[in-house]
Amino acid sequence: MLHFDLADHYQRGSSRIHRLDPRIKVIGAFLFILVATLLPFGAWPSYALLFVATLFIAQLSGLGAGYALKRSFIVLPFALAAITLPLTVPGETLAQWGALTVSVEGTVRFVSILVKSWVSVQIAILLAVTTAFPDLLWALRELRVPRPLVGIVAFMYRYLFVLADESLRLRRAREARSAAGTGRAGGSLLWRGKVAGGMVGNLAVRAFERSERIYNAMLARGFRGELLTLTPPAMTDSDRTMLVGWVTFLAMATLIGFVFAR
Amino acid sequence: MHYTIEVTGLTFSYPDGHRALNGVDLRIAPGEKVALVGPNGAGKSTLMLHLNGILNGGAGEVRVCGLPVKAENLGRVRAAVGLVFQDPDDQLFSATVYEDVAFGPLHMGLPEAEVRRRVEAALAAVGMSAYAARVPHHLSVGEKKRIAIATVLSMDPEILVLDEPSAGLDPRARRGLIRLLCELPQTMLVASHDLRLVAEVFPRTVIMDQGRIVADGPTPVLLTDVALLNAHGLEPV
Amino acid sequence: MLPTSFATHVRSILSHRLFRLSGLAALWLMTTALHIPDGFLSMPVSLVGWVLLIVAVVYALRQTRGQLGERQIPLMGVLAAFVFAAQAINFPVAGGTSGHLLGGALTAIILGPWAAALVMTCVIAIQGLLFQDGGLLVMGWNIINMGVITAFTGHLVYRLMRRVLGEGRNAMLAAGAVGAWLSVMMGAIATAIQLALSGTSPLEIALPAMAGVHALIGIGEAVITVGALAFLYATRRDLLNIGEAAPGKASANWVVIGLVISLIIAAFSFAASPEPDGLERVAEDTGFIDTALDPLYEIFPDYTLPFIGDPLVSGILAVMLGTLIVFGVAWAIARAIARAPSRRAGA
Repeated sequence: MLHFDLADHYQRGSSRIHRLDPRIKVIGAFLFILVATLLPFGAWPSYALLFVATLFIAQLSGLGAGYALKRSFIVLPFALAAITLPLTVPGETLAQWGALTVSVEGTVRFVSILVKSWVSVQIAILLAVTTAFPDLLWALRELRVPRPLVGIVAFMYRYLFVLADESLRLRRAREARSAAGTGRAGGSLLWRGKVAGGMVGNLAVRAFERSERIYNAMLARGFRGELLTLTPPAMTDSDRTMLVGWVTFLAMATLIGFVFAR
Repeated sequence: MHYTIEVTGLTFSYPDGHRALNGVDLRIAPGEKVALVGPNGAGKSTLMLHLNGILNGGAGEVRVCGLPVKAENLGRVRAAVGLVFQDPDDQLFSATVYEDVAFGPLHMGLPEAEVRRRVEAALAAVGMSAYAARVPHHLSVGEKKRIAIATVLSMDPEILVLDEPSAGLDPRARRGLIRLLCELPQTMLVASHDLRLVAEVFPRTVIMDQGRIVADGPTPVLLTDVALLNAHGLEPV
Repeated sequence: MLPTSFATHVRSILSHRLFRLSGLAALWLMTTALHIPDGFLSMPVSLVGWVLLIVAVVYALRQTRGQLGERQIPLMGVLAAFVFAAQAINFPVAGGTSGHLLGGALTAIILGPWAAALVMTCVIAIQGLLFQDGGLLVMGWNIINMGVITAFTGHLVYRLMRRVLGEGRNAMLAAGAVGAWLSVMMGAIATAIQLALSGTSPLEIALPAMAGVHALIGIGEAVITVGALAFLYATRRDLLNIGEAAPGKASANWVVIGLVISLIIAAFSFAASPEPDGLERVAEDTGFIDTALDPLYEIFPDYTLPFIGDPLVSGILAVMLGTLIVFGVAWAIARAIARAPSRRAGA
């Protein structure tokens, strides 16, 4: 049987972070990113504090301080969206190349955006890596995300692998028939696109038919339109304390940032 | 006599016109273990989908534990008929095994403590207690099939209705399944192409072909009638 | 390992010949991804995105509940998985790059715009949450760009064109192609606008770069969409009717698109000319501008948001927020009027 392993984001563990109530982790991560975005440009001490915080969380989660660091460079290419900032933001001249002027303000802004993005991604990685997906969904449900939406996401996640398997099978079947004979290999662009489109259509039909069978299975077990769930465990005091500590830290970092960048 | 399943003159055509059931009569008493065999397209799955009211609208009647299968009875009917589909991926749709097994009793409206008790009992009955926190997609086919059975066991059904339970299983998993089916005390109706499994587990066999029941009797008698088997696309073991 | 769509972009671009030749590829690199990471959009812009998303999702949930009933959860869930898996099906274009599917338009043609928006919401949310493809704070706009805008553009263009071209198979495929292409373009334009409003990338650079590159990427989307529609037409034509049979909220769709268009025009208009309008100009010329009384209160003094420094960004945001407020008031009035006659009739 074909087994398709989506990059399994969750690293099993029993660290303090793993055991932390998932609601707190979601809130904590979101607040962190909020603060990172809110900080003014050039608030270097705050950026440093946030960076140290990510190292701390990574270490505390038992994955090693550099875990999220190594995986965070994926945002780097998008930095090029902001690459023109040093050249277009008006201000004190830093350097000059012919007609192009690089400004201090522009460079500060550019680097700030990079750093903000970089620490945000690290905390997002740490959230995903220390929280099992069902727990993540549970946290979202508790945090008042509409239940039908969470239900849909849960189904999506469950069948991701099933459909990814089917997609893989279709692609392998195509590869197996993509030999190069004599003459021009590959077919026309349009033809290749149509083949890909046909595969997508095929996958769509399979998805529909599967959803019908799943719906019948749900009916067979008493489903009447609303997904019911068991009561989750209550939050511990220790977890609450950690949240308070985290919020305090973030508030301090924000204050320092605004004072420094004045 | 009290029958668990009573099907009388059941006729059904799909929306595209295909006549799947042509007057089916079937009675299953409590405690019976019945195998349903026949070629593909005989109507086995269609018949099974009528037992818990997923399909309806044709002629004839279906009764489960004396209750007619009608809109107002569907809740109780579905609690009484534990239907397990062929592809376990269709059956295991929750985030974890525990949630899947809890789905049935939870939607029956049972109190939480009772739901949890049933989940644990059902998983134990199929030997999968250690798998409670697992995510379905990582399991093997054999494991999934056992858990699929647990998902209906937790509803404490009057009858287990299984569609091709041994399909896709390797010999070891198949042996495990046979053992399980022998151990479980519930009344059973099982559709299967695996005639050896039928011979081992089920004392009574029903042969279907072209939407009709063509034979209904003791397994040893039917499965040795070579002419009968060949006439309906089956081969003796 | 299934690569995230962004990682696919990165890898395919890095092997493109152009990259090794010129730095223009840097722009290419930046512009092929629509998943914005955190840090690239400012706080106010991000928050507006979230507000819009929440409204859209709540409405979409209600709409699809009415449209699909009990099937809502399993059908939407499995189709979201389908879109995710389908995004991995690509075809080689040239020198290492490949065309692939975003899926908003196709899903909207099959299911109708609200269901499609919901499906895409799940896809993009999972991509952000699990694979960090797109940030968390900016997810509001990411979902709107790649999920809501693409779904509605694709659906409405498709419907419009079919009304014009007719009911046949070729009309359907042509409508699907144009709908798919335009959906990608609108998503890209919206992304460029958000980047500009946040001060991350000036509009004069972001807009042509994004729009230009996605004009090409959109072709890949169109080709795959057409291929998929052709397959569905041949095997399960009934599935194509789900979207057409979506309950008659067509007027709501038009309202949404009208609003989006007004917002985009608002953004452009201010960027196009921050000069004073006709009346103000005349007032300046003839000297009576000083006789104007001070307003009692100032919400958007001189079309600016006081807390945003950059005049252009501030101006655009002010105009957009003003448009939204006017829209909101008009909507409220329209609903009040719509209810009134029934009261009179019953009295």
